[in-house]
Amino acid sequence: MAKVLMKGNEAMALAAIKAGCDAFYGYPITPQNELPEYLSKHMALNGRVFVQSESEVAAINMVYGAAGAGARALTSSSSPGIALKQEGISYMAGAELPGVIINVMRGGPGLGGIQPSQGDYKQITRGGGNGDYYLYSLAPESLQEAVDLIKESFDIADYFRNPVMIAVDGLIGQMMEPVTFDNETPKWELEPKTWAADGNRSNREKNIINSLYLDPLMLEKHNLKLKAKYDVMRDKHQRYEMINVKDAEIVIVAYGSMARIARTSIEILAEKGIKCGMIRPITIFPFPDKAFRKLQDSVKNILVVEMSTGQMLEDVKIANECERPIHFYGRVGGIVPEAEEVVSQVLKIIGGEDNA
Amino acid sequence: MAKGQIFIETDRCKGCALCTFYCPVHILKLDDTQTNAKGYTPMVTFDPDKCIACGFCAIMCPDSVITVERFIKEATK
Amino acid sequence: MPKSKTVYKRSEGLSLMDNSYCPGCTHGIIHKLVAESLVELELLERTIGISSVGCSALNYDFFSCDMQQAPHGRAPAVATGIKRVRPNSIIFTYQGDGDLASIGIAEAIHAAHRSENITIVFVNNAIYGMTGGQMSPTTLLGQKTTTSPDGRTKAHGLPLRIAEMMATIPGATYIERVSVHNPQHVAKAKKALKKAFSIQNDNKGFTLIEFISTCPVNWGMTPKDAVDWAVDSMIPYYPLGVFKDATEGEEK
Repeated sequence: MAKVLMKGNEAMALAAIKAGCDAFYGYPITPQNELPEYLSKHMALNGRVFVQSESEVAAINMVYGAAGAGARALTSSSSPGIALKQEGISYMAGAELPGVIINVMRGGPGLGGIQPSQGDYKQITRGGGNGDYYLYSLAPESLQEAVDLIKESFDIADYFRNPVMIAVDGLIGQMMEPVTFDNETPKWELEPKTWAADGNRSNREKNIINSLYLDPLMLEKHNLKLKAKYDVMRDKHQRYEMINVKDAEIVIVAYGSMARIARTSIEILAEKGIKCGMIRPITIFPFPDKAFRKLQDSVKNILVVEMSTGQMLEDVKIANECERPIHFYGRVGGIVPEAEEVVSQVLKIIGGEDNA
Repeated sequence: MAKGQIFIETDRCKGCALCTFYCPVHILKLDDTQTNAKGYTPMVTFDPDKCIACGFCAIMCPDSVITVERFIKEATK
Repeated sequence: MPKSKTVYKRSEGLSLMDNSYCPGCTHGIIHKLVAESLVELELLERTIGISSVGCSALNYDFFSCDMQQAPHGRAPAVATGIKRVRPNSIIFTYQGDGDLASIGIAEAIHAAHRSENITIVFVNNAIYGMTGGQMSPTTLLGQKTTTSPDGRTKAHGLPLRIAEMMATIPGATYIERVSVHNPQHVAKAKKALKKAFSIQNDNKGFTLIEFISTCPVNWGMTPKDAVDWAVDSMIPYYPLGVFKDATEGEEK
């Protein structure tokens, strides 16, 4: 399995090509620029479509069109750009269109900063656009995981006929790590896209891609149909990793790059004889509440660590159902917490200094 | 003698009357003795013999309610 | 009934569903021209139409070809997305002046800028119809609407001439403004539309046809008075004609 040293944004771009992405529509925004730059060269080399649009709003609508015509379409952006795409994303969910959206998060709100952040968790997991919809949202912690999840994400989008978001932050976008593109990724049972409005009607009735239902009864029926998808995601497709939780006295909950850093904290704590484990959500929607029911009674405290002022924190509280005290530690503005900071937070909690 | 004939899908007419203005022989009008299925006052030909089958009424109808046929003169033996 | 030849009948490019436009609204005529053009050029099977948001938002039910409904103002972007992955398809967007000249003007300009092989059917009736008659970027000076109750003034901005503006975009191939206010002009409008679709079919780039259209209900006029008002008030400010033809001089 040949590994190649690549920058995160470029590795994610190549992963999309490997996944059979037919078209990319995007717009420049730091810290994800290398992704469209890479694709501006390599999509053409693979006989595929690349368009740099006039705005993120236009880009997501190009994805909508291509997806509506049955193609595998991708866009990428960062926080404020993703904010601009929300209406288009809501339309895609409403019109039951697949598509992959890579969000390389940066500091906010507003223009914010260009350093890493996890400050868009709520926008991603609660659906930033209008109406009852969700995005199957994956949060890789490494370039390799990002590559593997992106390769699978187009299948997931096609399977559910719903957009999928890859939620990473500037760290993963900008970092270089050796990756392989040969990992086997799970294959999903996919139906042919007979619903697509692709203009080749040799043997079918006309197709319509639409999210408008003026008749409330029809819209209700449609809403419930979409809800059923999200229920299946919640019931069958939660993804998480349990690390070192056996007999742990305290468990960290962290995702993406923050989880990577917390792995080091756990090692440092182990050297100090402290059993600290971690629940690492891989899907942030559906939030892996099942993981919490697997925690042993030995676990007395939960520490949520995010690069935000506490957003996943709310999902953890919901999943925890007041079983255990919940503590929070976060750094914002683009400052990435050190492993030792997390260690000292854990020591405070165990020493009873930090009462939740 | 009419050069042709028009067929009106009376129940689909919205009574907008545009056709009545464009008929060069002025043989169309809204029939206010009728209310069609949509609740509109539909158009009717009141002097079909004058119809010259020019198609102007149908061209100007926003709802494709009118079909126009032009008679083909049989070659007189 | 003696033997006869059909001079005019409903186009197969239209679906069997009645359109939802107000009586006398010339959207209906423009729909017929789009449908008839596609049928006569034998492009219907390959066509994907893009409905926008406005009175014509529902027209994904009124054409018999594949359709996609686009968010307000974004039809040219949706069209770009499709055409790039399905280059063999024929794409038209159908947009009103609120959709194209206001919220979606960037998408329209940039589709022309990239010379996308699409045809924009731009229907200018100087008002937001669906939402009940608000002022739009093409509302005329002095024209009363629900958001220019005392008549548009310079403070509301001077009405935009879209065809002229789009003709300045280097990537634009064919831009014409037409009207449907009588059979002769309907015929000319259809010719323009067929030329636009043919240019698209020959992959020669971006085409936009601007139609002067009416809004009897929100203008507060009978359908025929509305047509006359369009001729007397709109056409002087929005002159008909070809504003760009990059295919001029090419042998047919």
